[in-house]
Amino acid sequence: MTALSVPPTRAWTLDRVSGLRARPGTVVALAVVAFIVLAALVPGLLTSHSPNAIDLQHSLGKPSLAHPFGTDAAGRDLFTRVVYGTRQSLGIGLGATALAMFIAIVLGFSAGLAGGWVDVVITRVLEVAFAFPVLLLALLLISIRGPSMGTELIAVGIGSAPGYARMVRGQVLNVRESGYVEAAGALGHPRRTVIRRHLFPNAMRPLVAVMTLGVGQSIVWASGLAFLGLGVAPPSPEWGALLDSGRDYITTQWWLEILPGLLIVVVALAVTSLGRTLQHRLEGASR
Amino acid sequence: MSAVTLDTGPTVARLSARSGVRTARTVALKVVTAVLVLIAAASVTFFAQLLIPGDRATTILNLKTGRAQTYSPSELAPVKAKFGFDHPVLVQYLHYVGGLFKGNLGTSYTQYRPVTQVIGSEIVPSLVLTLLALVVAWVLALTVTLLTVKRGRVATALGSGWESLTASLPPYWIGVVLLVVFSVELRIFPVIGGDGVSGTVLPVLTLAIPLAGFLGQVTRDEFEKVLDQPFITTARTRGMGDTAVRLRHALRHSVIPAITLSGWALGALLSGAVIAENIFGRPGIGQVLVTAVNTRDVPTVSGIVLVVAAVYVVANLLVDLTYRLVDPRLGARS
Repeated sequence: MTALSVPPTRAWTLDRVSGLRARPGTVVALAVVAFIVLAALVPGLLTSHSPNAIDLQHSLGKPSLAHPFGTDAAGRDLFTRVVYGTRQSLGIGLGATALAMFIAIVLGFSAGLAGGWVDVVITRVLEVAFAFPVLLLALLLISIRGPSMGTELIAVGIGSAPGYARMVRGQVLNVRESGYVEAAGALGHPRRTVIRRHLFPNAMRPLVAVMTLGVGQSIVWASGLAFLGLGVAPPSPEWGALLDSGRDYITTQWWLEILPGLLIVVVALAVTSLGRTLQHRLEGASR
Repeated sequence: MSAVTLDTGPTVARLSARSGVRTARTVALKVVTAVLVLIAAASVTFFAQLLIPGDRATTILNLKTGRAQTYSPSELAPVKAKFGFDHPVLVQYLHYVGGLFKGNLGTSYTQYRPVTQVIGSEIVPSLVLTLLALVVAWVLALTVTLLTVKRGRVATALGSGWESLTASLPPYWIGVVLLVVFSVELRIFPVIGGDGVSGTVLPVLTLAIPLAGFLGQVTRDEFEKVLDQPFITTARTRGMGDTAVRLRHALRHSVIPAITLSGWALGALLSGAVIAENIFGRPGIGQVLVTAVNTRDVPTVSGIVLVVAAVYVVANLLVDLTYRLVDPRLGARS
């Protein structure tokens, strides 16, 4: 008796829960993203210190009102350095995702549109690529080219491309079979027009959300490389580089390591939750 | 495929015999595919070594002397002979791939020893760490999911909130936080652990916590779907209690996607192990790998990458085969 009345009640409850959870979360996530975009564009607006102002009198200071994240070994304000490092970190995240997406679109569309042996070859290549974890592929590339910001960006981009490529291929196959593409072909539109006007936009739409998630992921991976001392080198205020230099003080001034790390976590969480919200919206719209 | 006629007994017997042959053929095909994937992976690492800017023999000598200079052909000749660079690329390639079947991963550019010796026994603590992390992640994920899935608004929100939070935490940050809390402040574990029990707890947690969040998310989605299935309602109408329904019926179905992902997770865990081992100073391939990347010892990096790829391929093959043996629907489909 109770069992039969349960399903509708649950659906209603879950709906309400997800509705309540999404709204305040989205607002916070948007605020975080707005903050880092602002930090990347006009860092001077968010802090009055200079990222390179050395003050040996106040080195390795605890977090305080004047220095919310404390000060590093040279007495530089860590919060200011984090703010000024945003441009580079966000740049790596966006650049790596753009590179990954470019590779994915080329591979995914070739496989999905050409079909036949092209599809078989690309699918097999992706299968091999999946055997390499992103971090290890990145390390292999760094050992060949030496650590630098460019290598880091390329490494993370190439490493995350296979996952996107598989999604793009799936989307293309999906959309290609849909009624409106068939209809456009039947109406006599040339193949190129059908691809440009119908296939491309519709196949890519759900991937917008995935790309948003990818930017957060790329920032995390890039900072992981720098954490190992194999990314952007320390004098730079790039987030990973801050983690790298903070490692020396884990046992004594832990906030120099944990606070920049916390910022990366918060940004990754915000971008992820924004991506999820976007995903739900786009999926809802396409239904 | 031709249509199956719904006939009497003999047809059914013939069909099942044929499906047995088909299963055997599928298994053989899967194994061959796995070997081919590994050969392809080895090709990638081989050609990656050709991408080293400049002449490789010069690079090796420069790594040794710590200078950047050019050498005379007579100085380069012994290096070329030792590393086999005097052969054509195709011969080098065949030698490299052929060597893999004999357990040879090439020669280190900086230590002049076989890569297998450089990696040596370091792979063991890393595999121990990885497997322990996988087990702990499963225990954590199942506990949280079973306790919170469809248990009312608050519990569900807490459970899925915990999962999405932990799933997006980077391992290096969890590691550092655990290190600061348990080693620096509370002094429960040593700061530099080694590979004993006390040095293993924190690295395992570092890897297990984010994976548990991820496995939990996947299992929760499936659990919610399964609990709405008719057979669950049937079990309930027979008078089965809620806990029994969850443990005996729902759990079995809802862990399947997460098991499939566990093969993939092993690869991700091994790369996470590189970071965890570096944070906690735990011996393993992580230390060897970072040193090799720093000294531009490409063959050693390639070797480690290949070993990890092999672990990934074998784990996925096992997961795949287990399914085909356990779930008859899969064997018939492909």
